[in-house]
Formats: sequence, C-alpha cells, structure tokens
Amino acid sequence: MKVKKKVLNTGVFITFMGPSLFAFTCVLLIPFLYGVFLTFTNYNPIKGTQSFVGFTNFVAVFTDAEFLGQFVKTLGYVFYSTIFCNLLAFILAFLLTGNIKAQNFLRGGFFTPNLIGGIILGYIWKFIFANVVTQLGNTLEFKPLMTSLLTHPDRAILAMIIVTVWQYSGYLMMIYIAGFVGIPKDILEAAQIDGADGMKKLLHITIPSMVPSFVICLFITISRGFMAYDLNLALTNGGPYGSTRLASMHIYQKAFQANQYATGQAEAIILFIAVAIAAVSQVLLTKRYEVEA
Amino acid sequence: MGNKVKGWIKYFFIYILLILFIVPFLLMIINSFKTTQEFVSSPFSLPAKIDFGNYVAAYTKMNFLNGFANSLIITFISVVLIILTSSMASHFLVRNKTKTSKVIFATLVASMIVPFQAVMIPLVSIYGNMKFLNNKWSLIFMYLGFGQAFAVFIFHGFIKNVPLEMEEAVLIDGGNKLQSFFKIVFPLLTPVTVTVLILDILWIWNDYLLPSLVLLSPLQRTLPLSTYSFFQSYSVDYAPLMAGIVLTILPVLIAYVFCQKQIIKGVVQGAIK
Repeated sequence: MKVKKKVLNTGVFITFMGPSLFAFTCVLLIPFLYGVFLTFTNYNPIKGTQSFVGFTNFVAVFTDAEFLGQFVKTLGYVFYSTIFCNLLAFILAFLLTGNIKAQNFLRGGFFTPNLIGGIILGYIWKFIFANVVTQLGNTLEFKPLMTSLLTHPDRAILAMIIVTVWQYSGYLMMIYIAGFVGIPKDILEAAQIDGADGMKKLLHITIPSMVPSFVICLFITISRGFMAYDLNLALTNGGPYGSTRLASMHIYQKAFQANQYATGQAEAIILFIAVAIAAVSQVLLTKRYEVEA
Repeated sequence: MGNKVKGWIKYFFIYILLILFIVPFLLMIINSFKTTQEFVSSPFSLPAKIDFGNYVAAYTKMNFLNGFANSLIITFISVVLIILTSSMASHFLVRNKTKTSKVIFATLVASMIVPFQAVMIPLVSIYGNMKFLNNKWSLIFMYLGFGQAFAVFIFHGFIKNVPLEMEEAVLIDGGNKLQSFFKIVFPLLTPVTVTVLILDILWIWNDYLLPSLVLLSPLQRTLPLSTYSFFQSYSVDYAPLMAGIVLTILPVLIAYVFCQKQIIKGVVQGAIK
C-alpha cells in the first residue's frame, strides 16, 4: 500500500511538474550554470578551445577601455531614462486620475507605444529624427534641429533616452495610477478637513503612500535599461562611431561578431550582477517599507 | 473662474502631450501613402493621392504573410504550452508543501532576475552543438523554458487562495488529480490566466533577440525579424519601409482597440504582483 502511494506520487510529480521543470532546466538553469563556468575558460567554438584559464576573462573585461566606456555610457543611459520615464509617468498618472473627461481614451493613448517591439519603435523614430525633425528645423530655420540627432556622436544617446521615455512612460503611468487609486479616500478627506492644500496632500500623503509603486517602476526601468538591445539596434545600431553602443550590444558583438565567446560571457555575467543588485535593492526597499507601514 | 482656467490649462497640457505621443504613428500612416520624394520634401503634408503601391511593395518584399504566419504559430503554441505547464506546476507546488517544492519555487523566482543576455551565449553554444537551431520547435521549447518562472510565480500566488475542499470532492468521487485540476482548478484560474496570456503574447510577438539567434533561414522569420531584414536590404527607398511598419503594427493596434481594458489590466497586474 505504502509503496503504491509512493509510485502514485512520483507519477503525479512527473505529470504536473515534469514538463515545466524540464523546459526550465534545459533552457535557463543549465545554460546559466554553464555560462558561469564558461567565463573561467577560453571557450571558442571556432578555434575549438575550452580549457581553464581562471580569472583571465574578467581581467580582460576590466582592462578593456572600450567596454568600460560603454558600460559607463549604459549607466548614464539607465540613469537619465529612469529619471525622465518616472517623472513623466508620475505627472501623467497624477493628471489622469482626477476629475477628467475621456479618462480611458487618454490612458489608452499614452499606453500605446508600450505594445510595440523595440525594433519597430526604433525604425519609426529613425524616420522621425532623420527626416521629420530636420525638415521641421529647416522650415522654422532653427539650427539645432536642422541636423539629425542620430549623426552626432556626443548627442545620439539623447535619441535613445527620448525614445525610451516615450516607450515606457505610458506603462509606468498605469502602475502609478493603480497606486493613486489604492490610496484610501478617508485619509485624503481627513487631510482636507485639517486644511491641507493640494501640494501638501501630494507631499505628505500621496507620495509616501505610493512608495511601493515607485519601487516597482524604478526596478522596471533600471532592469530594462540595462537589457536594452532591440531599440539600440534599430535606432542607432551603436553609431555614430560606436558612441551609443550599450552593454547588451557590446556583449552580442563581442561573442557573435568578434568570436570572443568567453570574454563576452564574462561581460554578460557582469550585466547580470548589475541587474541583480537592482532587484535585490527592490526587494529590500519593499520589505523595509512594509515594516514601517 | 481661477479653477476653470486651471482646468483648461490642464486639458491643453494633456492633449499636447497626447499628440506628441501619437504623432509618430500618425506620421508613419500618412507618409506610407507618399512617394519617397514627397516624404523627404514635406513629411507633414497629406498625401497627394491615396496609393497603396507602397503596401503592395512592402507586403511582397518582406514576405509579410509568411512572417505573420510564423509569428502567429510560434506565439500561439508557446503561450498555450506555457499556460498549461506552468499552471499545473504551480498547482503541484502549492498543494505539496515539501522541501523540494520550496526549493523549486525559490529557484524559479530567483531566476526571474537573470537577464537573457546572461544565458544567450551558452544557449546558442549548447543548442548549436546539438544541431537544434534553425527550427521553430526549438524556439517554442525555449519560450516554454523562459516563460516558466514568471507564469509559475503568478499562478502560485492565485492557487494559494483556491479552496482545497472542491478538489477533494472530485477525488472522493473517484476522479484522479488531472481531472480535478482541469475540471475544478483551471477554470477558477481564468483571471490570472488572462494576465499571463496577455503578457506572454506581447513578449513573444515582439521579441527580436532570441528568434534572431535561433531562426536562421529567411522562410522561418517572425515579423520583427522580417522587418529588420527588410530595413537592412531596402534602406534607400523609404516609402515602402513605412508601409512595412504600418503593416507590422496594425494587427497589434487592432487587437488593442478590441481588448484595451484586458490588455492594460493584464500588464498592470503582471507588474504589481
């Protein structure tokens, strides 16, 4: 009897857990562990080498001025797009939660860019920057707009930030709206009775009670910023002169174009650590807030 | 009086912002009917005449129907399989509170922070060695693997609140665990199933990097891949490219018009869970 129950349980385990666990293990778990292992080897499928080399790859990464420069550029891109995305999203959410006509239409409109993939968005904006904005500059005889942002090595990253803000603000706006709606009405009313004006209510009640929304939104923008690839590829393709090549694109090119697989993988692990730090801080922040509340 | 003026300023500000948000799409649509020359000289004017020539060119050159069909098949099969396998796994993990279950669940949740770039190189190397690349079934299997963690996480949170008694009733009546799952539990999951469905459709439909590594032959390309190669090979003649963009985003926009409420709800639920 007992033996039969055990067989039955194994059967249930295989039926319910088997497919999920198998796919997860083969696609994510094994490649990830193998990937960590690869960073300590000189793996190169084209030369056919794979022997243990210790920390050589990491040393190579940290002495690679190009990668370091692009990593710093990625940090800058993540920083500015995070700030502007969240600022705009918060303002939009604030404006679209009060008494306003056609609320759903407006929310839906701002959300639209988020439905479309980075490749397509990148191409749309390539036209906008290269043809539409320059035409506008010529018509208005306004010099800064006459040449495309995408042709300036020192300013092309701005184009990436603009499109990122355009792409994600509507999405973050929805999360902030959910946060606004979740604030208990009676607290706001009590503040009103106590004589708090709009600004005071915003600073002392609304913003403090929306800390969870801020944490979620910051995490989303930071992690997506580090992983940005599609938009980068379609909009600037890393150019002009490699000035907008962000970390993901660098890793891709290192591995699949320069065939330095192990070094590329070491860079990928560094990217993973950056994202992991953002994620762990999110969890810690949320926990800390929950304790205080 | 002061309030009224304030109200007007607010509407004015919001609609200016909305126009800035929507204008890129409108410009694509307007200009997709023009010749390249017309577009370059006056991108803001309405087209001189409505000509679908650019659409015909884009449709044939990017092999649109083929890309659309590939995207549809890959997205549909992957999403159905993700939902089935992850909901069953979550059910098992919730109902069997063993140490193994806890370890499995913790591993899945932890894996959500691994960026795709961190597994991309070993993935290509492993599956390339086994000659599993250049095959849409391999891609579907990979989506199945990458989709597990998030879907299990969402289902797990919901199944915890499904009362055990209803399932036990089926078991007492002589049914097995599969029957009790599909008859009782799965239908109750519908609200979260919709959330997972929408998020996974958006993810897989728009994904570029993974299919670009797995699908190598032109006939297997999904829509983002065929758009990319279309832009690589016809970069001088803008007009058909814009028609290509409109063609690619049209299915998504149509779906959005009909299911706006569910899509927004799904995306927000997925983020705040």
